[in-house]
Amino acid sequence: MIKRKDKIIRPKMEVEIAGIKLRNPIMPASGTFGYGEEFAPYLDLNSLGAIVTKGLSLNAKAGNRTPRICETVSGMLNAIGLQNVGVDVFIKHKMPFLEQFDTPVIVNFFGNTQDEYAEVAARLDGVPGVAALEMNISCPNVKHGGIVFGTDPKAIHEVVSQVRKKTSKPLIVKLTPNVTDIQVTARAAEEAGADALSLINTLTGMAVDVKTRKPRLANTIGGLSGPAIRPVAVRLVHQVVQAVSVPVIGMGGITRAVDALEFLIVGAKAVQVGTANFVDPTAMSTILDELEEFCLTEGIEDINDIIGSLVV
Amino acid sequence: MKNLKTVVLSNQEISPGYYRMRILAPDYTRLAKAGQFIMFRVQRSLLPLLRRPFGIFRTGFMPADCETMPPKEFIEIIYKVVGGGTEIMRELHHGDSVEILGPLGNGFEFGEPGEEKVLVGGGIGLVPLYMLAEKLVEESRVRLYMGGRTRDDIITVTEFERLGVRTHVSTEDGSVGDTGLVTVGLEKKLQEGGKMTVYACGPMPMIEAVEKICRRYGVPLQVSLEALMACGVGACLGCVVKGAGHSDSTPSYLCTCKVGPVFDAKKLDWGNSPEQSVGNCGGCQ
Ligand SMILES: Cc1cc2nc3c(=O)[nH]c(=O)nc-3n(C[C@H](O)[C@H](O)[C@H](O)COP(=O)(O)OP(=O)(O)OC[C@H]3O[C@@H](n4cnc5c(N)ncnc54)[C@H](O)[C@@H]3O)c2cc1C
Ligand SMILES: Cc1cc2nc3c(=O)[nH]c(=O)nc-3n(C[C@H](O)[C@H](O)[C@H](O)COP(=O)(O)O)c2cc1C
Ligand code: FES
Repeated sequence: MIKRKDKIIRPKMEVEIAGIKLRNPIMPASGTFGYGEEFAPYLDLNSLGAIVTKGLSLNAKAGNRTPRICETVSGMLNAIGLQNVGVDVFIKHKMPFLEQFDTPVIVNFFGNTQDEYAEVAARLDGVPGVAALEMNISCPNVKHGGIVFGTDPKAIHEVVSQVRKKTSKPLIVKLTPNVTDIQVTARAAEEAGADALSLINTLTGMAVDVKTRKPRLANTIGGLSGPAIRPVAVRLVHQVVQAVSVPVIGMGGITRAVDALEFLIVGAKAVQVGTANFVDPTAMSTILDELEEFCLTEGIEDINDIIGSLVV
Repeated sequence: MKNLKTVVLSNQEISPGYYRMRILAPDYTRLAKAGQFIMFRVQRSLLPLLRRPFGIFRTGFMPADCETMPPKEFIEIIYKVVGGGTEIMRELHHGDSVEILGPLGNGFEFGEPGEEKVLVGGGIGLVPLYMLAEKLVEESRVRLYMGGRTRDDIITVTEFERLGVRTHVSTEDGSVGDTGLVTVGLEKKLQEGGKMTVYACGPMPMIEAVEKICRRYGVPLQVSLEALMACGVGACLGCVVKGAGHSDSTPSYLCTCKVGPVFDAKKLDWGNSPEQSVGNCGGCQ
């Protein structure tokens, strides 16, 4: 513990990403925190580094058939189908709630065409209280045979460039892990004007009910999240940090401060907590407490001293 | 609504494969409404990862361990051992730490005082009906139709009787009560006519059969549904069921954890092939 004149000095937790100041590096992952309201009874939203919303599209989206979720070993599969209220309803009815808090709001969004991405970004551009946009590129490009934008460097470059022109807000591009070389897709997003990158989105997966022989998800394939994916996520964040110069936000299976620290040490400037919010709606406040405790016992005065401190 | 770190007070097998767990739960007597549920964290470790949803059977007070202490407030859940999570739960003892999130969801509407109330429970589906019965007997005559596969599935019926509820038991194998499905008795009751409200909870095929009968006789029905849940608080959108008027072009999905688990049957889509329309645990078991 760092003691000066018998007073415990609390470690400095502030980090900065693409010009946004965060009071600490902990924030929820999109789609696991609703629009914030759902967690307000359990958690002080003013204690978080940022709030990240469910992914928004141009029009409201109903989502997939059920079953949409299924528990797996140390994780879960989901195929929610990006159910959301649509960007206009969000701005009118969800944003006022979030604006009560003194916490930056990062709005996650997606589209099925380049134009849709650009239009959603344009509508969010003038909205006060939106601190940054997080662009989910793990969506099928309907004009190109449904190939996921985020798996094709050329498609990434085009769609990110187009969105870049529509917004003056900091733009975070969220990468998919379902690629052969993440350094290539990361660089494509950076070159097209991303101010920061976040990763990882879910890994595609599948589970089968051996009695009925049916897939456990109505959609057959879904996205794997939770502790099971953490080593893969840490590796990918490590590789992306080597490849780009913009800041990186890491996520994938974080449930405790020690998990978050792995990402910070390999160079993530902040982290997102996803599935753990389902297991425990107070997870992020526990992680924050543990993180501060870790800094105190390890004699770390500023969390930034940990970031990128990997010893190899 | 809060996350409570608490302890098990008791955990006993009440019928083969069925357990009753009493959990220390301050404030629940005041907060919990009939039909609400909790998300139960099976153990502190991450195995199993997700919490398990359980209906609140009842709330109450019991004497503290020493006389000078105030009485202990508790909830009881009744669960059937069906898989990995409930296998671990059955091993819990007095004093073991657990976490419960709740009370969650919307409970039952009590209907008009004075009119008859008819409860239909299938197996473990009886659970949320007990607190409802406690409330309804204050102002109405209450009848319970309780069904199960065998006598082992017929649980807590005497506790309903002690409240003054008239009970009708049926089992598919005839090991206790009438032989056959619970809906046979229900249909006879509705044929008699009269103003009443029906409340049902149980396996999906039972709920669908009850819905058909109630629709035929024009009797209002409230159902309590199960769905696969990750969060229990309306954030993951995993637990949805189809709302009335749902179609591919005008989809309507309602969260079981937030809008439900109790629904007015009229607000749901019962479709042409109902077993696909109302999403319960589906192919997951
Ligand atoms: C609102 C609500 C109230 C419930 N009340 C009760 C109750 O009072 N008593 C009781 O015995 N059971 C109740 N259930 C069902 C109970 O949640 C499951 O039996 C339990 O989750 C099974 O866990 P497991 O690990 O033993 O089974 P597994 O099959 O190993 O579980 C695997 C996954 O599927 C989920 N799951 C499995 N069966 C169900 C089911 N029927 N409904 C929802 N999720 C399921 C589990 O939560 C878990 O995520 C309720 C469910 C809901 C949604
Ligand atoms: C139920 C669910 C819904 C999600 N919805 C979104 C979404 O709308 N947009 C998005 O970019 N990511 C979404 N994700 C991905 C998460 O934000 C996160 O990238 C992923 O779950 C890995 O983190 P975790 O292991 O901590 O959950 C979702 C994940 C889950 C489990
Ligand atoms: S269980 Fe997550 S939204 Fe209902």
